[in-house]
Amino acid sequence: MQKQAIFQSKLLPYALVAPQLAIVLIFFYWPALQAVIQSFLLQDAFGLSTTFVWFENYIELFKDPAYFASILRTFFFSFAIAVSSLSFALLLAVMADKPLRGSMLYRTLLIWPYAVAPPVVGVLWIFMLHPSLGVLARYLRAMGVDWNPLLDGDQAAALIILAAAWKQISYNFLFFLAGLQAIPKSVFEAAAIDGARPMRRFWTVTFPLLSPTIFFLLVVNIVYAFFDTFGIIDTMTRGGPGTSTVTLVYKVYSDGLLGGNLGSSAAQSVILMIMVIVLTGIQFRFVERKVTY
Amino acid sequence: MVEDEGIRRYVAHAILWIGIAIVAFPVYIAIVASTQDNALIANGQMSLLPGGHFFEVYYQTIFVGTSGSTREPVGNMMLNSLVMALLIAVGKIAISIISAYAIVYFRFPFRMPIFWIIFITLMLPVEVRIYPTYKIVADLHMLDSYAGLALPLIASATATLLFRQFFMTVPDELLEASRIDGAGPLRFFWDTLLPLSRTNMAALFVILFILGWNQYLWPLLITTRDDMQTIQVGIRKMITTTDALTEWPIVMATAVLAMLPPVFVVVVMQKLFVRGLVETEK
Repeated sequence: MQKQAIFQSKLLPYALVAPQLAIVLIFFYWPALQAVIQSFLLQDAFGLSTTFVWFENYIELFKDPAYFASILRTFFFSFAIAVSSLSFALLLAVMADKPLRGSMLYRTLLIWPYAVAPPVVGVLWIFMLHPSLGVLARYLRAMGVDWNPLLDGDQAAALIILAAAWKQISYNFLFFLAGLQAIPKSVFEAAAIDGARPMRRFWTVTFPLLSPTIFFLLVVNIVYAFFDTFGIIDTMTRGGPGTSTVTLVYKVYSDGLLGGNLGSSAAQSVILMIMVIVLTGIQFRFVERKVTY
Repeated sequence: MVEDEGIRRYVAHAILWIGIAIVAFPVYIAIVASTQDNALIANGQMSLLPGGHFFEVYYQTIFVGTSGSTREPVGNMMLNSLVMALLIAVGKIAISIISAYAIVYFRFPFRMPIFWIIFITLMLPVEVRIYPTYKIVADLHMLDSYAGLALPLIASATATLLFRQFFMTVPDELLEASRIDGAGPLRFFWDTLLPLSRTNMAALFVILFILGWNQYLWPLLITTRDDMQTIQVGIRKMITTTDALTEWPIVMATAVLAMLPPVFVVVVMQKLFVRGLVETEK
């Protein structure tokens, strides 16, 4: 698609794209290229000499059980966050889609957590579930749960998933509600006249018609769980106890912070880059399908 | 519909209120904690009702800061966050709208390659280029500066795409009309296109402001001086010290202050927010 009415100018268009192009090249492409180059190099312990080692950094990485564990963990977190947040948000959206009094108020009261920053989400939840002073931890202990996410890795993971899913409810709710409102009401009426009860109507009519939205949100939630949980993890557990809440992004950050192996850290960045490319690719193929839907 | 919906409607109201309670509870606890005495909280005896230390805690938080971990007043952190958020939001909109204008309204060599170069940055979020980007910013002597905080995040494939999409829908007659009036490309941009883009810009600004205010990983890396840290980074440092010494009322007051501007924007500019969110995800 191209515009027919255009301006003629030799230099002006370049001047207009120059600022964005400069930033993109200096702060996006150059560092990405550096990461790719670095990932093929090995530096000696004193940083005095570097040698080209082909894929050795990558091979070392995949031989490292800690890296493998963090891949599995990241996928598990993504899955758990996406499923719990999506199902709760869908329930709320289906309720809010009914012709209720005050539905605008409900929407307002449900969408604001979108604006809460991940590190603040982490602070809010660690405070409520802090083993020695959290108000919710009190009840857990009263119920006989030996609650201590600062020592128990599984509990720490559960805490991260809970907090991350909480933040994402509002986003999912908003898109589900928009998706539901786009379904013509006559479809439901037709199903109702055919004698389908509300539950059946949901699974045979609403759910299939909502599947493009569900798929889109699934991808968005996975991307969110991969990248935006960093702030939540960093304020709540710092990847601990041990390495039980270290995700891929957190590992790139903490490995590099310790100033350890530059090559390995770069190789991790490149692997993440590939994952983003795959996820974005999936997202865009889907968007095209949504247009023709 | 066919069935009597009376009972179902009550159930829907009940479920929505439970949902709202779950969503609001952590924030309620934060507000309550920010009005109480630290000794009570540290003993695990926090009351679920607001205490009487509201003014004292918020005064100390905004003007003094914690007495232990970071001695930086949170008011100053909020100022840093505000400057960063505004620079990111305004910067992204400004450079994206002019590049979209060039790509839509001009034919020039490398037009499409340039478009793709901008587009592909979607796949290079800051998380995958952390340390090399840090090194460049350090080499340019931009650590601990507003430029260093904002510039590396300012490119926006999404905003460029959005403006491109919008410009494509602007009728060609407008350009022809202003050309007859003798307007050049810059005049047309300023007098015709910019006013037409106002709603799009506003919707985008709302989303980008929230995004900018909530930045965490990047400011965490490149700010070392206490007086340059943003509120998101500051709050993390407040709970760094050993548990017993964490000044929880101040931490919670900081959390409330960190939420206030973006939540305010979402609630007050809800229409623009929803529009911006839906459009940037297209």
